[in-house]
Amino acid sequence: MKVFVIAKNTFKEIIRDKILYNILFFAILIIGASVLLGKLSLGEQVKVIEDMGLACISLFGTLIAIFVGISLVFKEIDKKTIYTIIAKPVTRIEFLLGKFLGLALILLVNIIIMVACFELIIFLMVSTINLYLLKAVLLIFIELVVITSIAVMFSTFSSPFLSGIFTLAFFIIGHLSMDIKKLGEKSNDLVRIITSYIYYILPNLDNFDIKGKVVHGDPVSYEFIAYSILYGVLYISAVLVISVIIFQKRDFK
Amino acid sequence: MAVIETEGLSKDYRVGFTLKKIRALENLNLEVMEKEIFGFLGPNGAGKTTTLKILMGLIYPSSGKARIFDKDIRDISIKNEIGFLPEGPYFYDYLTGKEFLNFYGELFGIEKKRIKAKVDELLETVGLTEAGKLQLRRYSKGMLQRIGIAQTLINDPKLVILDEPMSGLDPIGRKEIRDLILQLKDMGKTVFFSSHILSDVEMICDRVAILVGGRLIDVGSVNALLKEETGSVEICVSAISRAALEKINTFKKKVIYRGERVYITVDSEEEKDEILKKIFENKSEEKVRLISIIPQKKSLEALFFKEIKNKRQRGSD
Repeated sequence: MKVFVIAKNTFKEIIRDKILYNILFFAILIIGASVLLGKLSLGEQVKVIEDMGLACISLFGTLIAIFVGISLVFKEIDKKTIYTIIAKPVTRIEFLLGKFLGLALILLVNIIIMVACFELIIFLMVSTINLYLLKAVLLIFIELVVITSIAVMFSTFSSPFLSGIFTLAFFIIGHLSMDIKKLGEKSNDLVRIITSYIYYILPNLDNFDIKGKVVHGDPVSYEFIAYSILYGVLYISAVLVISVIIFQKRDFK
Repeated sequence: MAVIETEGLSKDYRVGFTLKKIRALENLNLEVMEKEIFGFLGPNGAGKTTTLKILMGLIYPSSGKARIFDKDIRDISIKNEIGFLPEGPYFYDYLTGKEFLNFYGELFGIEKKRIKAKVDELLETVGLTEAGKLQLRRYSKGMLQRIGIAQTLINDPKLVILDEPMSGLDPIGRKEIRDLILQLKDMGKTVFFSSHILSDVEMICDRVAILVGGRLIDVGSVNALLKEETGSVEICVSAISRAALEKINTFKKKVIYRGERVYITVDSEEEKDEILKKIFENKSEEKVRLISIIPQKKSLEALFFKEIKNKRQRGSD
């Protein structure tokens, strides 16, 4: 199917782009540094490393999602490489979804590499691997795809600079949205309405953050994971629908 | 059968802070017939690329309709039979020549075995067999143009649309493209291309349309368009005095000074006779010498400049 042709090509495009390796390099560097940090703290070494490691995977994955996502579509239009693609029997929808899928695949591969390195380091330290961490990683991946979809949506109409700022704003507010809603509930009506709009429109990214629980061995129910995945998929779909509508209507000047 | 038909095609843009409306294309009614080489002429900014982009679905018209192969341009199936080369051109520079053509082959849904054969064949046709393994970022402009042509032909299209295919090429490159377009016509294809290189268009086009300021000014075969052009004449004299030049000031002419010689171009044979009479009136007093009288070949260039001048005189909107 044509979406996969475009996805495969997008995968190639990103893999051959230097920015990916810069970020990956730093990720591994920081994970290495966290091991050193772990050695410094008294006891609880492994927990520190696990916590920092997951935070790194989340952070660097987010950086890749944003940096690559914001220029993914913009570059095609700005550099006019999209002209010969649209001249082929490919719909704009297939094109957009293909680009998005390609980036999601890159994120998946990156996460797998980072988790593998990470589990290896833990194995070398304590001779066991913590499979519960994978629950957290799964949700981190869903969160990354949510951020990617937002970045791609902005990329359909906005310059990389503005897209970056907006996506970052969504990311930050997304992590605070629960708190914003709670604060809003205690205030007057207008603030309460505004904050609840923010809560519903922006993604509630705390749904995907179970790092603390997983590292400390607290149970996380499969129900919660299923709900979070469902929320993520619904949110991603909504954002992609908006992206498709914007992308379909615009001129490629 | 008309391969391309447009009806009242118009495009407006809103630019700047005040969202001022600019009319890039106005009421274009055009027909391109099967198996002809059709040249789309006009100065920069005339609306040629706008028209091609509308046909390819890159931008949407503000009003009007267009059909290709008798189907609305929004019907994506027509693209199976079209090959398009935009101006530039701009391709994924991280792909090798082979990967690049392979990618487009897959977008057409051609099976893998056939794509490989087709890619090798096309690379050979455009003379890039060795460069197939290089990334496009290492290609020269001429090579990019050639791989661009290859990508245009990967689906063996019935209609080939080219936007300024000769632009930026050296004379050898331009000849190669001209030969290729003629070859495509021999293969039974229809070629629709835009250009502002008049001599190329004159050489190979069956019919031509002239677009100026977003409006279609003229359409027809090159011969038919030039039939109405009067033949201009170029007179070359030397040692012409200032006084003599003053005498012919009232005539409509173009004067070019090259060292000792003066080239006077007039629009018709009659004017030439009159000017010569005036210049040589006092032959005994003047030291003026006649070097040559050369009738100018009727050319699209003259027609072109005339149309542009007419448009300027009519004023822009």
